[in-house]
Amino acid sequence: MVERVDSDRSGLRLEMTGVCKRFGATVALDDVGIELAAGRVLALVGENGAGKSTLMKVLSGAIKPDAGQMRLDGEPYRPANPLEARRAGVAMIYQELSLTPHLSVEENIMLGMEPATLGVIHRKEVRRRAIEAISRFDNPELTPDARVGRLSVGSQQLVEIARALAIGCRVLVLDEPTSSLTQQDVDRLFEIIGRLKRQGKAIVYISHFIEEVKRVADTVTVLRDGRVAGGSDVASISADEIISLMVGRQVEDLYPRSPRRAGEVVLEVKDLAGVSKPTSASLKLHRGEVLGIAGLIGAGRTELLRSIFGLDPVRTGQIKLGLYTGPASPARRWMQGAGILSEDRKEEGLALALSISDNVTLSRLTGFGPLGFVLPGRQDKAARRWIDKLGIRCRSPRQSVLSLSGGNQQRVALARLLQHDVDVLLLDEPTRGIDVAAKAMIYKLIDELAGGQSPKAVLMVSSYLPELLGVCDRVAVMCRGRLGPTRKIEDIDEHSLMLEATGQTLETRGGEASV
Amino acid sequence: MTEDQLISAQSAIFEPTWKRWLNTLGPLLALLLVYGIFAAIAPPSFTTWRNLETIARQTTIVGMAALGMTLVIISGGIDLSVGSIVALSTAVIATLLQRAGAGPIAAAAGGVAAGALCGLVSGALITSLRVVSFIVTLGMMLIVRGTAKAIGKEQKIDVDVERLKWLDELMASLPRERSWMLLPVGVWLLIMMAIVVAVLLRYTRLGRHIFAIGSNEETARLCGVAVWRVKVIVFMLGGAFAGLAGLMQFSRLTVGDPTVAVGLELDVIAAVVIGGGSLSGGEGSILGTLVGALIMTVIASGCTQMKVPNYWQEIITGGIIIVAVALDRLRHRRSA
Repeated sequence: MVERVDSDRSGLRLEMTGVCKRFGATVALDDVGIELAAGRVLALVGENGAGKSTLMKVLSGAIKPDAGQMRLDGEPYRPANPLEARRAGVAMIYQELSLTPHLSVEENIMLGMEPATLGVIHRKEVRRRAIEAISRFDNPELTPDARVGRLSVGSQQLVEIARALAIGCRVLVLDEPTSSLTQQDVDRLFEIIGRLKRQGKAIVYISHFIEEVKRVADTVTVLRDGRVAGGSDVASISADEIISLMVGRQVEDLYPRSPRRAGEVVLEVKDLAGVSKPTSASLKLHRGEVLGIAGLIGAGRTELLRSIFGLDPVRTGQIKLGLYTGPASPARRWMQGAGILSEDRKEEGLALALSISDNVTLSRLTGFGPLGFVLPGRQDKAARRWIDKLGIRCRSPRQSVLSLSGGNQQRVALARLLQHDVDVLLLDEPTRGIDVAAKAMIYKLIDELAGGQSPKAVLMVSSYLPELLGVCDRVAVMCRGRLGPTRKIEDIDEHSLMLEATGQTLETRGGEASV
Repeated sequence: MTEDQLISAQSAIFEPTWKRWLNTLGPLLALLLVYGIFAAIAPPSFTTWRNLETIARQTTIVGMAALGMTLVIISGGIDLSVGSIVALSTAVIATLLQRAGAGPIAAAAGGVAAGALCGLVSGALITSLRVVSFIVTLGMMLIVRGTAKAIGKEQKIDVDVERLKWLDELMASLPRERSWMLLPVGVWLLIMMAIVVAVLLRYTRLGRHIFAIGSNEETARLCGVAVWRVKVIVFMLGGAFAGLAGLMQFSRLTVGDPTVAVGLELDVIAAVVIGGGSLSGGEGSILGTLVGALIMTVIASGCTQMKVPNYWQEIITGGIIIVAVALDRLRHRRSA
């Protein structure tokens, strides 16, 4: 396929109108539309679960919409599968790169569309087209013969973009392209995006980071709960306005804060090191406070919680939980009055096929019947209490967790800690991928737990900074396995947290990749 | 309340109750259907009490082993050594009776204990070596079979009739003076054991833990379930029930036969799967398993009485396994 000449730069390159999609009971997209002209960058922003990735799956032919139309350069565009979408000129670059690490750069670029006669590949032609694709990037690391597995993440991403260009893409979708890049690579990527724009490509740029959006995009469309919450030229909208469109309400309403009084230390961690992460972590968690841990994905925050809870091995360091010293198994930790909420409720947090009752009571199956028997009726009774208290939408406690929405699943996972009545709650990304109503409920719940008559202690990991600042009393930042000092939230803001999380203190600006 | 919650609440209300009942009773309906078909087309002898008793007796060996296999499969594992354990159990019982001069109770207990020991070894290997149960029990299948042959010195172990006492009556058709028992002792034993295991699965911590591990082992670990201990117990129980099935086998043959029950594990697995057990774990029921075992025996019995060649039984049973699981998957996709 020859690269298309983008002559008509004034017309709309891509148009999606009235796209609707529901999965079972969940409405993922409701009458969503976007438009994008050639040579422009559209930023698609929204919280997790807002519908960004569903919309892009529709665009890439991975899923079929229930309703709605798409047009590519004015012509109807209805891809039956991702391959057809690629052929039509719509290329996606996902966070997870889809390269074959053992093949060379040129082999990866031409994979699946090698020019050949009777199965024999024209090597010269492959080379010519690969060089044509990568020459745009001016990156010395990118040679046609280099093994892709040995390249840096940033260069690998460029290989993937080169592959899209070699097919002759008209629309390029970049899904969170900077999440695992160093600052240098980010700058380089933005430069390339600018160049692609000038060549007339239409680019959809998906990101959480408002600053990036302001820097790279021409227009922005904000999604919230599967609908378009708003959109405009980037120049005429402020970062604050974008955020309030994303969140859909005033921030103060979302984070209630009742008076809290910090009590005795219930969890003390000293110089803790796991097998690879964390490398060094120390913290003191008091009763009646919420301590937040910020940091990038892959910084070792999850591993820290897991080592404390006995799910990951501890190499060195000390853990003191209440009166108990030393590492312990998860079973012990539950007995010692700690509970953990997994960041991954589908793979780890919940047994999806089992009922709400079973999931809520699994950590402690005592007291549900005589002689150590477990009577399902009594399990249901316990579960019903939390179904009411947390507003879990279900038809019965026996319903399998699988059939619940993300927000309700998370409520079930939290209900387990409440049912067990733990003193120390380790919460790993408690609001990931759930709707705003469920988020608000969880913030309120955390506040209730930390305050009140018999306050508990909460250690909370989150990648969403506004949430940490809204909920926590103190926050520590983790960067490359190392936990920084804890600071009161009065002394910090999003900007300083982000700087610390990316390791950009004065001396190490633009250091190595953090993943 | 957000919109998606509203909708899920509505669809929850409109989900019909009969549908859920159908899910649990599915295998039972299939059994009635198969029985009904044969009752209609097979000779009248098929529907006599005598034949029902025979079907029950013929289900006992597979059914007994399937009780243990249900636990194993619900926990997400599989046990391929069941047939070998049955053979070992008959060899151990015969040896204890004939060469060690043990009484019938001690010999029977010895057979069951040998099975439990095999299961214990399997479970310990699976958890300590972190090798999947398919591989470990595949190895154990050969090891146990070899052990059984070593005990029997590659031959059947005959037992003198006077040493058997009541051991040959467990599986025999009831004599007239004891017809008040309705079914032979072996069948009653199966029914009793089935109730015990069903209660274990549904009303005890161990039972809930078995389901949890099979459904999501990571969740079980997160919740403090001692995963390795539960797995070892499950395989030990699986071995013990295979040993008990061996006792039934011995009662039928009255010899220790190291070459008996080759491939029995596949019948046993089929019974669990037809009864709604999922090989990916977390699903299965004792009632379903027994019904699954019965379906296979009913087909065998019906075909025999209609003088249908043996190979048809195998073809039909094979088809039923695939259809049963396909229907099950279909149901899952609907409800997901």
